[in-house]
Amino acid sequence: MNQPSPDLAIETHGLRKVFGEKVAVEDLTLEVRRGEVFGFLGPNGAGKTTSVKMLLGLVSPTAGEARVMGYPLDEPAARKKVGFLPEHFRFHDWLTAQEFLELHGELYGLTRDDRRQRAVEMLDLVGLGGFAGQRLRTFSKGMLQRVGLAQALINRPELVFLDEPTSGLDPVGRLRVRDIIRNLREQGTTVFLNSHLLSEVEITCDRVAFINRGKVVRISALKGLMDGGITLEVHAHGLTPPILAGLARWSQDVRADGESLTLTIEGEGEIAAINRYLVEQGVEVYALCPQHVSLEDLFVQVIGTEGVL
Amino acid sequence: MSRVSVFARLTFREASRRRILIVALLLGLVFLGLYALGFYMMRRNFLEDSTTRSPVILNEMSNFILMAGLYAVNFLTVMMAVLTSVDTISGEISSGTIHTLVSKPIRRSEVYLGKWLGFIFLLTLYLILMVGGVIGIVKWIAGYAPPNLLFGVGLLWLNAVLLLSVSMLGGTWLSTLANGVLVFGLYGIAFIGGWMEQFGAFFHNQTAVNVGILASLIMPTESLWRRAAYEMQSPLTSALGGFTPFSSVSVPSPAMIAYAGIYILAVLILGLRAFSRRDL
Repeated sequence: MNQPSPDLAIETHGLRKVFGEKVAVEDLTLEVRRGEVFGFLGPNGAGKTTSVKMLLGLVSPTAGEARVMGYPLDEPAARKKVGFLPEHFRFHDWLTAQEFLELHGELYGLTRDDRRQRAVEMLDLVGLGGFAGQRLRTFSKGMLQRVGLAQALINRPELVFLDEPTSGLDPVGRLRVRDIIRNLREQGTTVFLNSHLLSEVEITCDRVAFINRGKVVRISALKGLMDGGITLEVHAHGLTPPILAGLARWSQDVRADGESLTLTIEGEGEIAAINRYLVEQGVEVYALCPQHVSLEDLFVQVIGTEGVL
Repeated sequence: MSRVSVFARLTFREASRRRILIVALLLGLVFLGLYALGFYMMRRNFLEDSTTRSPVILNEMSNFILMAGLYAVNFLTVMMAVLTSVDTISGEISSGTIHTLVSKPIRRSEVYLGKWLGFIFLLTLYLILMVGGVIGIVKWIAGYAPPNLLFGVGLLWLNAVLLLSVSMLGGTWLSTLANGVLVFGLYGIAFIGGWMEQFGAFFHNQTAVNVGILASLIMPTESLWRRAAYEMQSPLTSALGGFTPFSSVSVPSPAMIAYAGIYILAVLILGLRAFSRRDL
């Protein structure tokens, strides 16, 4: 692999993992830029968790190369500025929340005072401020996931791996995690988000990679994706064939049915122009509803519905 | 090195939080109480009978009871060594608690070594309590102390460390239950091998002695105990070639002790390598 690039948090090339006969990850090749929120999507069994485990040094790759924060995977320094919340979060439940966070802070090499203070701050951040002295044994699933998130952030990481971070949370907890991710991005932290809750990914991520059968099948910027496909629904009275024909300058795909009209446009900027045109033609416009292509549609389109485990 | 001490302290804290320490301490005290009572009653019997009142016989009696006590302590320490550590690697792997630990900027060898040292600290405390209790009781009631005390107790300690090391190595590639079966199976081989060697020496059967030595090479626990017993038994018992579970006819050589030391080191290194390389 070339010199480490200072702009990349993660760079992998042909990363592969085979367990006995089974190919868990066939070819993971991707680059995650510093400061972006990167979604990692794919059906169950696609190799998402194994990929994350390789990047964290939990599983050693059969072949390929990778750097995390500029360091090769087998160097502990690669994980110095990295946080990790595993999918199946299980912690030493005989520790109190405060002790648990201080322990993990110590493993990151934080000083005694720093880790003590960070533990308190992180518990507040995840909404567990009043539970510092309680043993993790008494925690609910959602509380454990939150304390796990606090653990992943205690060292002020520059890169955070979140594997299904909201699987155990209620809607309010999910909103809080969404806010935390947004704040992380504002602080310039890179987030590697592994989630099957596509609506969540859609809201939080800058770019997404689709992985299927152990291979990256597509990497796309989410913003561009959404801009590329808006379906506009129009409800109006007085849509005559000449007026409909005039819409061709914004869309090749115009479908009219009585007083409702559906057309595919390139971006939100065109909605106002279409509205002005219709009004000028004497059409009574009742509603203009832009419908984004959902990530769900895209997921099905990229991954397909066959061969999914 | 500081990370190693984090895991050593964590191991000790876990034993304390999960009430292993308190249970071991309470039952250890019950054991010592019964032991003191039994010893006191027996000695009173010996003192009342004019035929057994001589200092030589009293000393032999004290040594015999002392060795019986240490035999039990050795067994209990072996159990402690295995039961506390059998789950420490495989359990953390199967539950997943290991994932957030080893994904930190640390080496896996620091986790393994820290746990190993933490358990050694735990076992040392236990051994000091139990051996100190047994020897203290005999000294207090009869005024008797065995020869070569420190060296003998050192061998018992080495025995505990050996079983701990084997049990941690097994945990890097076996499930907790399979690991327990493995460690106690090896211990059983050493045990029966030790007896074959004893019988062989007593009846002058070289083949049996050789089989016993082979078993000791596979697992040197029993030979460590028998060398410890040899060191601490009374000179008279040694001279008579006494044949009890608590003494030794065929004495393991110093080379066997050196072998046990190398064995521990090899098992530790194998465990460190296996744990560092395996997928988690």
